[in-house]
Amino acid sequence: MSKTEQFNNSPVSEAALPQAENKPVMLRAQGITKSFGHFTVLKGVNLSLTLGERVILLGPNGAGKSTLMRILAMLARPSAGTLEIAGIPLSEARASIRSLIGIISHLTYLYEDLTARENLHFYGKLYGLSGELLDQRVAEMLVKVGLERRADQRVRYYSRGMQQRLSLARAILHQPPVLLLDEPDTGLDRHAAEMLAQIITEPDSQGQPRTVLMTTHNLERGLALSNRVVVLSSGRIVRETAANNLAADDVQSWYYDAIRR
Amino acid sequence: MDRARTAKQDRELETGSTRASFVLPAYLRVAWEVYRKDVRTELRTKEIFSAMSIFSLLVVMVFVFALPGKLKEAGDVAPGLLWIAFTFAGVLGLNRSFINEKDRGSLEGLLLVPTDRSAIFYGKALGNFTFIIIVELLLAPIFSLLFNFSVLRLELLPVLLLGTIGFAEIGTLFAAMAVNTRAREVLLPVLFFPIMLPVIIAASQSTAAILANRPFEEINSALGLMIFFDLIFLVVPALLFELVLEE
Repeated sequence: MSKTEQFNNSPVSEAALPQAENKPVMLRAQGITKSFGHFTVLKGVNLSLTLGERVILLGPNGAGKSTLMRILAMLARPSAGTLEIAGIPLSEARASIRSLIGIISHLTYLYEDLTARENLHFYGKLYGLSGELLDQRVAEMLVKVGLERRADQRVRYYSRGMQQRLSLARAILHQPPVLLLDEPDTGLDRHAAEMLAQIITEPDSQGQPRTVLMTTHNLERGLALSNRVVVLSSGRIVRETAANNLAADDVQSWYYDAIRR
Repeated sequence: MDRARTAKQDRELETGSTRASFVLPAYLRVAWEVYRKDVRTELRTKEIFSAMSIFSLLVVMVFVFALPGKLKEAGDVAPGLLWIAFTFAGVLGLNRSFINEKDRGSLEGLLLVPTDRSAIFYGKALGNFTFIIIVELLLAPIFSLLFNFSVLRLELLPVLLLGTIGFAEIGTLFAAMAVNTRAREVLLPVLFFPIMLPVIIAASQSTAAILANRPFEEINSALGLMIFFDLIFLVVPALLFELVLEE
């Protein structure tokens, strides 16, 4: 029996998931439902990520991936369901738990008439960084994403890939323990994609592994970076498995089989 | 779970964002940084300021052609025309303040801020107030020349300030409401003018009374009305802004 076939019989293969090893749950979404008028985009999604887990979220266009990411980033309110970040329910500390999350989306969230350094300083200050710590962190991030030489150039003159790299620096500037990455490799060249992979997999400044939820259309790259794969289709999680259960050559058929059901 | 909570506490220590000791400064800091960012961006692009100034001058030109040879005698209607010019020009600026953020994809970045999102409102409103008052201070002398009245009067200052504060507060709130709608540029004036009307009327009447050298006591009720609106719309966004911007 091929690995693909192993998962064909059960919609969500819990047995094949990596063991949690009593790690703390960093992100827990339960029964997340989102409707726009009569149209329901998400239908009771349950998803948990433990500390250090890197999960790739796959799904066809319109499956609800971006909507789910926006809800997890607290940019949209779910119609129903609960959300906890690092064990703190959203209802308890809606504003302050936003500092536990870093997000990259299709939008870069950058100001094109500010320089890269000014953009990072602005976001750093919003997250409560200041003084030498902020200067040091900004300099560090610019080096990390390879933009230190063009740090004082306005973002307007950056290519899409450079903007995406700066957006990555913005997302990790405040050292969030949870990263939500919605197609973070858009516009990145090979070198920048490696940079992204390094940032995702390295521990944060406190030595803790990052907890990452990522959507991508690049299955091969996504599999290499993740330790769990979740498939969202028509607003439901239809299948999930440990990434090491899937070889790059059979993930395609596994995936298409999942979304056809 | 304990480890997760500890991670958060560590972060709070690092960023100084504990509830008890840091909520107010963090809130004010966010508002101030949003304001500084808006002013810095505007100084570079001059996008909002140039649109508002040119449009307000065009409105004045329309009045000049609409009242040929009667400008000097039009003193009674001049305060009303002055506030109409301020209002039309101001709406342009209000519209751009959120549309620019939305279209360039930075509005969501602001929404990620780890404090109450109403801080964004106060930063934006202060920015809009600054841009509008600068345009008003440029436009008033031109009106003064054309309509033969002097604006260099200290009594006009509270009217100008109260009217503009109300304008910036109400306009910023409605601009945020309109930005997520399809017909946002049309919707803002439609929502904004009916609510803003009492402030515009009170400001016009007060300006007219001051220019006619009537006693200051006559405008007490108009000033009171403007203060009332300014206070209401200073408080309301703190309660509503989070909902206004969220999907």
